[in-house]
Amino acid sequence: MDLINLSATELRRKILNGEISSKEVVESYLDRIEKIEDNIEAFITLDREEALKAAEEVDRKIENGDKVGVLAGIPIAIKDNISTSGLKTTCGSKMLENYIPPYDATVIENIKKEDGIIIGKTNMDEFAMGSSTETSYFKTTKNPYDLNKVSGGSSGGSAAAIAACEVPLALGSETGGSVRQPASFCGVVGLKPTYGLVSRYGVVSYASSLDQVGPLAKDVEGIALLLNAITGYDEKDSTSIKKDKVDYLKALDEDIKGMKIGLPKEYFSENVDEKVKGKILEAVEVLKGLGAEVEEISLPYTEYALACYYIVANGEASSNLSRFDGVNFGYRTDDYSNLEELYTNTRSEGFGEEVKRRIMVGTYVLSSGYYDEYYKKAQQVRTLIKNDFKKTFEKYDIILAPTSPILPFNIGDKIEDPLSMYMSDVLTVSVNLAGVCALSVPCGYVEGLPVGLQIIGDSFEEEKILKLAYNYEQNRGIDIEMPSLRSEENGL
Amino acid sequence: MAYKTIIGLEIHSELMTNSKIFCNCTTEFGGDINTHCCPVCLGLPGALPVINKKVVEYGIRAGIAFHSDIARETKMDRKNYFYPDLVKGYQISQDNIPLCSGGFIEVEKEDGPKEIRIRRIHIEEDTGKSVHSEDGGSLLDYNRSGVPLIEIVTEPDMNSPEEVKEFLEKLKATLEYIEVSDVKMEEGSLRCDVNINVVEEETGVKTSITELKNLNSFKAVVKALEYEEKRHIELLKEGKENLKETRRWDEVNNETIVMRVKEGAADYRYFPEPDLVKIEIEEEWIESIRKNLPELPHDKKERFMKEYDIPEYDAGVLTQSKYLAAFYEETVKYSDDPKQVSNWIMGDVLRRINDEEIEIKDLKFTSKDLGELLKLIEDGKISNNIGKKVLRDMFDTGKSPSTIVKEKGLIQISDEGALKEIVEKVIKNNEQSIMDYKNGKNRALGFLVGQVMKETRGKANPQLANKLILEIIDEK
Repeated sequence: MDLINLSATELRRKILNGEISSKEVVESYLDRIEKIEDNIEAFITLDREEALKAAEEVDRKIENGDKVGVLAGIPIAIKDNISTSGLKTTCGSKMLENYIPPYDATVIENIKKEDGIIIGKTNMDEFAMGSSTETSYFKTTKNPYDLNKVSGGSSGGSAAAIAACEVPLALGSETGGSVRQPASFCGVVGLKPTYGLVSRYGVVSYASSLDQVGPLAKDVEGIALLLNAITGYDEKDSTSIKKDKVDYLKALDEDIKGMKIGLPKEYFSENVDEKVKGKILEAVEVLKGLGAEVEEISLPYTEYALACYYIVANGEASSNLSRFDGVNFGYRTDDYSNLEELYTNTRSEGFGEEVKRRIMVGTYVLSSGYYDEYYKKAQQVRTLIKNDFKKTFEKYDIILAPTSPILPFNIGDKIEDPLSMYMSDVLTVSVNLAGVCALSVPCGYVEGLPVGLQIIGDSFEEEKILKLAYNYEQNRGIDIEMPSLRSEENGL
Repeated sequence: MAYKTIIGLEIHSELMTNSKIFCNCTTEFGGDINTHCCPVCLGLPGALPVINKKVVEYGIRAGIAFHSDIARETKMDRKNYFYPDLVKGYQISQDNIPLCSGGFIEVEKEDGPKEIRIRRIHIEEDTGKSVHSEDGGSLLDYNRSGVPLIEIVTEPDMNSPEEVKEFLEKLKATLEYIEVSDVKMEEGSLRCDVNINVVEEETGVKTSITELKNLNSFKAVVKALEYEEKRHIELLKEGKENLKETRRWDEVNNETIVMRVKEGAADYRYFPEPDLVKIEIEEEWIESIRKNLPELPHDKKERFMKEYDIPEYDAGVLTQSKYLAAFYEETVKYSDDPKQVSNWIMGDVLRRINDEEIEIKDLKFTSKDLGELLKLIEDGKISNNIGKKVLRDMFDTGKSPSTIVKEKGLIQISDEGALKEIVEKVIKNNEQSIMDYKNGKNRALGFLVGQVMKETRGKANPQLANKLILEIIDEK
């Protein structure tokens, strides 16, 4: 039995009934990582010893018949912008190359409470700014389906780690599509929860009003399982919402007969790869076959979303990243003779190009004299985009779209051209601006590369999108072959 | 040429909530360096603020006390700038929607009360503190980082250093009254920045505004303003233009020194704090705060006049600070004469406090002790003058008046037999005075009483001495 090919829920079942031990599971994954990580480069930090220790602890609990959490014994990879006490949290930046947080993010506390095993920290675009992990100070994560292609970003490390069977579950984070887009590129499932559903405490802020932690997994069940563990009101995050706990696994079983689905024409424009569109439309047929009612709709403010997103996100980022000043933690330049130089040189040397670009843009849009023209106007546009969604969800249960307008691109193709890189977020940013929830689920391959179907739901309608995704997943009629199964072809 | 001085203030006052504005760390002053800290007030990556409701409440209290409008919906904003004592690279403060707008503080002037308008009161977080190490480097202490502040901004309504002092005293007293701040300038829990310029009244020519910082006491505020007032008038006289600048008060050399010239307004790139949600303030909450507000100085003054039947002036002085007012009320409990208590407190007690630059809280004796002293005088056990001596002893030693009187044998001689002997002796030695008295010089009697007091080192009951002298003279 090859443990690394099992889904998270299968692992859970086998661990709980004593068929396998958590230690065996963790060892299998560590072996797998040992074997292929040099090719994938999904991780920045691995925590082998602690992971094994934690696994033994879970095994002991199970042996003793003690109560264990919903993630008992399952290895989980964590995006490296989520604070882990005692374990480096670099945000993919030279600035935090040696930063070890003294505290756990709330989501990490929750995972530990549920007996999940944290196996390591995954690569990402620097401070989550990017769509390919190429802005990472440390490495570029390869797409397990084609090592010349990007894994997507910014949570590319988490997505690739799952696709390469280095872990069954992972946490990523989204500001403008950073979970869904790499999930789409790597052929895994990734969810952006409703803003406020998951605590942001301990997640290094990029854009506070947009950031949200999201789970990635091989399948929809894995997403529901991890979501069950990480949701809940957190008094340490003022933007977290008080809401009754939901069992997302339970929601999966219902059918989707009569569900009303809208296809926004703006998401199927000429800018979207025809082959990608084709795969989405095939998925639509599957859903129709399951009893869903599908109609074309319009989200008229879509065309302003990308501009709006980059103003809001960069404005907030310019302020959020001010704390990296070389004074209290993180990188400090050797080259300074006064305070001004300490700041300037630390930030010039510690941040990469993309981060600096966004800080500059963000500083500009918040400047007096420009604030009204940019930041304030962007906030007004944001309200219009929210209204687009609000109105749509009065009539429809779900909005369907491609996750990415393009297939995974070659490493190096877009890194010198920021605008074309930003364009790869064009179909995901609206969801973050509106604060609603969405996931990406694999819907087939084009030229051997995965395509993701984006399923968007209203705020706190995670049950609905998970249910639809699950029904689709069970009936899509596509052989989803994790690239791990084709290791010889890939030379892995 | 007539000149008009124009002064406005920006006051920061630390609020005495138990915990900081955005985390659970204690606000206690002092403590070992960097021990009152957590990820939030250290600005560690990923840490998020959660607003302390008490801070909003204290801000509302101040707004009510200063007659401000309280916002029904407000928000926190980020003020972005770099400084080592500012952990996040931004301070969470309030920009365009302050918690409280408008309001005033009334100061007493010779020609009646004057309203100094308040522009706004907002809540914000304090920064850490730079500490200079022995080797010349800078160290940082973040115990103060995240301690809640209110910032009170006045309109430029003050026209003299004296008026500023009056205003600050009123402000301080009120903040103490409403129990939101312990307003200690020395500990930095009250900080005051001043803006001053002078206008030549006839021509309307103005100097550029100077901002003054590093003012550590009310006295420093007054001295610095006096210095600046003179400097600005001198500039006008000489027809010189000055730059808009920030100066600091140098206490050693009694002068202000340029810190920096202001080139245009700093751009703090304010924007709404996205880590916090809007603050909605319900009418009922404001009302319950209003209802539970401790008695304000003005109300207390009115009550003192009615309850203790003391003049308005006395009531005004006694209610200047809540501690003084409490001291008065406590002392009155032990005395039958509230006006007498007021005289003593306004006279000998306050004089000594002012001379020594201490506060009523720092006294070595209690209100009960003072009450006991006054009771001794009322009951004729000691004279007024002995009473003053005893009070001096109380200031120095903190001993109770009865102990001092006993130790020093100061009990008044009210025993006729004992006093008669002394009186007879005095009369025998002053035959001339008796003659004078008999010849109609009434002053002679006073002289004789004085001699008796001298003989008894002040312990004779003067009324009794008077009576005995007259009796003996009559017998002659």
